[in-house]
Amino acid sequence: MLEKLIFQSLIGLSFSMYLWLLAAGLTLVFGVLGVLNFAHGSLFMLGAYATFTLYGKLGLNFWLSIALSLISVGIIGAILERLFIRRIYDIDLAYQLILTFGFILIFDDLVKMVWGGVAMIPPMPRFFEGNLSVLGRPFPIYNIFIIVSGLAVAVILWLILEKTWWGRMIRASASDREMASAIGINIPILFTTVFVFAAMLAALGGALGTPVRVVAPGIGTAMIIQAFVITVIGGLGNLKGAFVGALIVGILTSFGILLFPVFELFIIFVVMAIVLMVKPEGLFGK
Amino acid sequence: MTPLPSPSPLEGEGRKGEIANFAMMKLKAIFFAALILFLLLLPMFAGKYLLYMTIHILILSVFALGFNLLLGYTGLLSFGQAGFFAMGAYASAKILLVIPSLLLGAIAGMIAGGIAALILGYLCVRHTRIYFSMLTLSFGMMIYSIAWKWRDVTGGDDGLVGIPRAPFTIPGILSINMTPMENYYYFVLVISLLAMFFLYKIVNSPFGLTLKGIRDSENRVSFAGISIRNYRLLSFTIAGLYAGLAGSMVPPLENTVTPPLAHWTHSAEPVMVTLLGGIHTFSGPIVGSILFYLIKDIIVRYTQYWLIWFGSIVVFLVLVFRGGIVIFFTERIWPLFSHHSPPP
Repeated sequence: MLEKLIFQSLIGLSFSMYLWLLAAGLTLVFGVLGVLNFAHGSLFMLGAYATFTLYGKLGLNFWLSIALSLISVGIIGAILERLFIRRIYDIDLAYQLILTFGFILIFDDLVKMVWGGVAMIPPMPRFFEGNLSVLGRPFPIYNIFIIVSGLAVAVILWLILEKTWWGRMIRASASDREMASAIGINIPILFTTVFVFAAMLAALGGALGTPVRVVAPGIGTAMIIQAFVITVIGGLGNLKGAFVGALIVGILTSFGILLFPVFELFIIFVVMAIVLMVKPEGLFGK
Repeated sequence: MTPLPSPSPLEGEGRKGEIANFAMMKLKAIFFAALILFLLLLPMFAGKYLLYMTIHILILSVFALGFNLLLGYTGLLSFGQAGFFAMGAYASAKILLVIPSLLLGAIAGMIAGGIAALILGYLCVRHTRIYFSMLTLSFGMMIYSIAWKWRDVTGGDDGLVGIPRAPFTIPGILSINMTPMENYYYFVLVISLLAMFFLYKIVNSPFGLTLKGIRDSENRVSFAGISIRNYRLLSFTIAGLYAGLAGSMVPPLENTVTPPLAHWTHSAEPVMVTLLGGIHTFSGPIVGSILFYLIKDIIVRYTQYWLIWFGSIVVFLVLVFRGGIVIFFTERIWPLFSHHSPPP
């Protein structure tokens, strides 16, 4: 029984990592820029499609494909922020959500136009094929790679925010934008870099999912809603909360599928609603 | 997040402003009379397709008008209205599958949406701003997942099929066959116009004014001894009744209901059309709904990827015409004419 629990947690953990990569950027952009970006899931989808094309279609090296996908989605993020997101920092939430929702529509149909509407799964890189024996059951090596990558991103993010000059600027402007600007931080450039960074995190989530998860036009909207759940549970704008939230949602989903296969989606929204009703600022909110 | 800004009121500009205001009210009245006449006469020259489209526009208008009572008049952004819409659609479908009465279906749908909104609203209206939006999103998605997974009742992802367009019957008095599209069009038109009329009465009643007061200054209203929460709850319930009513008109038209009706992307529709038309005018959601289907119909003639263009229009409108189309016309275009030739 205990073995089953641990094994199912491991499966949940690997799913958590995709969610974490997506939610990290979403919550970072909300915390620093003050924009709730619905289109963040679309950047995840674009990362998946870019990797699918470079690696699955053109046969490029797996790592190179991921790197190029991150760069291209980063460029798209820079354009998005410079031309559009910048203009909606100070407007009402309703308009922010609808403008970014407009981009979901644009990206979803653009993807359909370029790649068609069918779901695709490219082959697994050869060095990741196979299973490892965990507690006597086969566990895919690729899932272990995902767990390690997600944890590595968490550590790197923490180091960047705590130890680097850029991270200090981000924290300063997140806690007081005007004061940060007064002491000479170039807010517009900082915001662009944060948005691009968040876009690349989302793209990384999408890219890493390509060999095991389906690449299809709807994956952005399916994922963004889970990322919303996570950021709400952890506290909007809170990175630590996003990590814990991703673990909760990922593991809950994996147990939900096992124990109540009918209501696994229902359960995570119940958790979201309970957190909102009891502690609206989230588990880790101020 | 700052509260939504009110539009610059037309009064207070002296006599000239009053005259312009009066002239505009007259113009509006003429415009609406002409529109209603047009809608009544539409089946005489329109084909089946145009009627079908107009029915959809009316359904979306009712849906979005109820939604705007929350957003525009109460200052609460709900992202879960599709849940109540779907409650109405499924309730009406269930009734129609058993009892062939169109009116009963509509009433059942409205009550289902209203009751769901009353119960969930009780939990939601304790919060405002983004927390309210997220809470409504989560409840809407719960309804979606129930519709999707509770196969015995909702038919799961296949939905409910074979729903008849039952006749409009009042036992012992009359029974109208609804199979021809024109007849069903008139049914939807009458229901929608009644719903619009009642909502117009509501927003211009003391209740509506209190809601606006809450939106603009919560403290001032609560100092006047008014329970803000009850007002918000009532507003939320009315929005739910309207969503349910709008939803109840779908099954007889499409003969089927499916879970995507409850999905959050469907909740975005009333938000979109309301912002398109303008949240601070009563007619904004209606104008937005007309534009939504008009734009869609025009673009689909040229490309199947119409959402690329529609998304671009949404982005453009948010950046450029944030007040909405109606305000743009009444405050920018109309003064250009009234200035040069003041109406008598």
